[in-house]
Amino acid sequence: MEEFTIQPPRTNYLNAEYGIKSWLLTKDHKRIGILYMGAISFFFLIGSLYAMAIRLELLTPQGDLTQSSTYNKMFTQHGIIMVFFFLIPSIPATLGNFLVPMMIGAKDLAFPRINLLSWYIYMLGGIITIYALLAGGVDTGWTFYTPYSTTFSNSYVLATGLGIFINGFSSILTGLNFIVTIHTMRAPGMTWYRLPLFIWSHYATSLIMILGTPVIAITVLLLAFERLAKIGIFDPALGGDPVLFQHLFWFYSHPAVYIMVLPGMGVVSELIANFSRKNIFGYKFVAFSSLAIAVFGFLVWGHHLFVASQSVYAGMIFSFLSFAVAIPSAIKVFNWTATLYKASISYDTPMLYALGFIGLFTIGGMTGLFLAALATDVHLSDTYFVIAHFHYIMVGGTLLAYLGGLHYWWPKVSGRMYPEGWGRFSALVVFIGFNLTFSPQFVLGYMGMPRRYHTYPVEEVSWQVLHVLSTAGASILGIGLLIPLIYLAWSLRYGRLAEANPWQLPGLEWQTASPPPTENFIETPIVREEAYEFAPPETKEVVGKFEREKPFPFYG
Amino acid sequence: MLMLLLQSWIPFIPESASTLSDDVDAVYFYISGVTVFFVTLISLVIIFFVIRYRRRNPFEIPRPVEGSTKLETLWSVIPLVISMTIFVWGAKVYFAQYRPPQHAMEVYVVGKQWMWKFQHTTGQREINELHVPVGRKVKLIMTTEDVIHDLFFPAFRNKMDVVPGKYTVQWFEATKPGRYHFFCAEYCGMNHSGMRGYIEVMEPAAFDNWLSGNANAASPAAVGHSLYESLGCASCHGANAEGGRGPTLLGVFGSNRVLNNGTAKADEGYVRESIINPQAKVVTGFGPIMPSFQGQVTEEQLLSLVAYIKSLSTTQPETTTAKPPATGTPQSANPVRSSSPTSPNR
Repeated sequence: MEEFTIQPPRTNYLNAEYGIKSWLLTKDHKRIGILYMGAISFFFLIGSLYAMAIRLELLTPQGDLTQSSTYNKMFTQHGIIMVFFFLIPSIPATLGNFLVPMMIGAKDLAFPRINLLSWYIYMLGGIITIYALLAGGVDTGWTFYTPYSTTFSNSYVLATGLGIFINGFSSILTGLNFIVTIHTMRAPGMTWYRLPLFIWSHYATSLIMILGTPVIAITVLLLAFERLAKIGIFDPALGGDPVLFQHLFWFYSHPAVYIMVLPGMGVVSELIANFSRKNIFGYKFVAFSSLAIAVFGFLVWGHHLFVASQSVYAGMIFSFLSFAVAIPSAIKVFNWTATLYKASISYDTPMLYALGFIGLFTIGGMTGLFLAALATDVHLSDTYFVIAHFHYIMVGGTLLAYLGGLHYWWPKVSGRMYPEGWGRFSALVVFIGFNLTFSPQFVLGYMGMPRRYHTYPVEEVSWQVLHVLSTAGASILGIGLLIPLIYLAWSLRYGRLAEANPWQLPGLEWQTASPPPTENFIETPIVREEAYEFAPPETKEVVGKFEREKPFPFYG
Repeated sequence: MLMLLLQSWIPFIPESASTLSDDVDAVYFYISGVTVFFVTLISLVIIFFVIRYRRRNPFEIPRPVEGSTKLETLWSVIPLVISMTIFVWGAKVYFAQYRPPQHAMEVYVVGKQWMWKFQHTTGQREINELHVPVGRKVKLIMTTEDVIHDLFFPAFRNKMDVVPGKYTVQWFEATKPGRYHFFCAEYCGMNHSGMRGYIEVMEPAAFDNWLSGNANAASPAAVGHSLYESLGCASCHGANAEGGRGPTLLGVFGSNRVLNNGTAKADEGYVRESIINPQAKVVTGFGPIMPSFQGQVTEEQLLSLVAYIKSLSTTQPETTTAKPPATGTPQSANPVRSSSPTSPNR
């Protein structure tokens, strides 16, 4: 196998410079990706602790672990931390930051300084939000519905709002950077239709980031005006309209769901193609379905308002459009499945995560139909059904894709291999734990259990049974997430040294050393093939009775 | 029939007790069927492929397969068609849920952190409990004194937000006597999960009995009439609401009002707005001289005023009894689906 190994250069991006200053002032997109990785892991840990506390409280119908006011803060802060400080930046800011330039054969993002700035903005927003939590917390729900948030809540709404407002700019800058980079910095020969699907999905995500995020910034600003200066925008007692807030909020926050899941889809497209050694089935359909999702995603916000006194005709239009946005997602699922046909499928950890993603995302997507359909949404909205549905998308989708991607690119990022056996084992534990946590919640919602409930009726015995199952699942899920934390940290020091191309793949990021040099490629690569081109005829050779491909040329 | 079987055999299905709850369940089971079918199909296909096409030697490179426009079209069109059937069915049932019937028994609802206050048109008030007769259409006219709440009846598969500053409506017709939970489903602050109660669906005779047992309270219309006098409305609208400097209020409710800038139907929301924000819609021929009563009347008083003005338009006021009023279009005899003889278990 030594012919696959490219000798790592003496210096790489990790050891090019030493010292804390070399990290905090770095303009290297790879190092910034790692800064983000550390930060979002921290926020994920905090969000998970809230989740565990919530699950423990719900073991019994009574409120015996916390006060109602504490419980309300816990679910609010779980939502805010997970949505704004983990899910939205998760894949784009870490893997995207690291890989977008590498996959298109560029030395860095178009604006390295802005990239670093975006991390500082993220950290500033995060620190302000953490301050708000420590100072007393916030209890409005992550949705900040008015007039509760502007007039009635006595918690740290403004400080949290400021944190989210500031954090939004890091999202906008990242999106801007990706769009410009993808347009202008592709290597020679890297045409649009040769782009890996990871890039297409990040392009679509970036569009939503720069078009949608300003709206949430404006919305939070208006909220602050009303809360601070009593300017009547949302509170009817001041002459405002409370439902207007919901329109503005969901105009961003529904597309934000696609900010969270589209990069995950990009990761899964990479994993499915590469670990089955096939070109993705229907490349263009998968690529354009990302763009279709980004566009249609802006037109469906009203499906959060079916029981919020929106007009019945508006409800029908939003319901119709919500069904329309389901189609591109369905196309992706079918194409991933079809890619496996007559493939050569490996059972490595990243592939297990990718297969888990397809299953859970399919369930998450299909259960969205219950909420897009008007009649059933009336019953199910604001119940645990909604909770289960979006956790299937956010955790079963985004988190699994993130973990899959993390394992897949771990050799490239760290220069070390993770322990494969532990990887497969923890992927299985995560999958089982996740399903046990969230599938009972579909039933719970249909039974009528509203979300954001600190206590529930004792006489509803089945509710408690379902909650106990869910909490048991959450414990398993928690263990499944701790295992990778431990072995990935372990591998940084003790893991086997990674080859340049340990999976033997054609993607550009694998055609350079692991870990890569600061400039990514010693010489600018020239792209001559489509993405996922595993077996160009001229590189095939016969070894014994097997046909195999020749070692990949080092482009350039 | 199928529904009945499903409901009795599968645990974890909530009580179904309104004329529309079975319709909602039917849509629910249809989507469940579609979901189970596709999830199973995709899972089985993936499992089959993953086993059948597992990597057998480390060097194998599978033959590339190009995409197929025919297949792409197929699996775009099939989900589209299926989702359109769900859309149409869901919208159809929603339309019935959304549109309140005429000649329903009306109940006024005010949400407040953290309780539900109900008032029947005969004057009975209830907190966190609502008594209704079986087999009679009930229309809830709802608002809130503070933040947004949501009144959710799982057994009726129905919910609707109550929004400050306006009236929202939901209606149902219970089919099965019993005691069912209702909840606040829109997060409303500290004791949100305590903002729940019971709806007591009673046999008609029992309901009439309950109603007469609590008959000493003044009706909202009567309360509204005394408010009309004490707030000084009579000085412009006339001692008997016959009009003066302001327009007459006789026969106003339910009519189409010709305004300085358009027309409007005088429903509950119109009356409320005319009291709180009189300049918004001024009847043609009158000046914008009425002062706002914002902050001077509570939501419950407003509902009483609405009830009073409503009473000026209907010769036969809406009754709050188990039987529909004799006037108006004849009610279709809605058969009570459950023949359960159990009286409300209270």
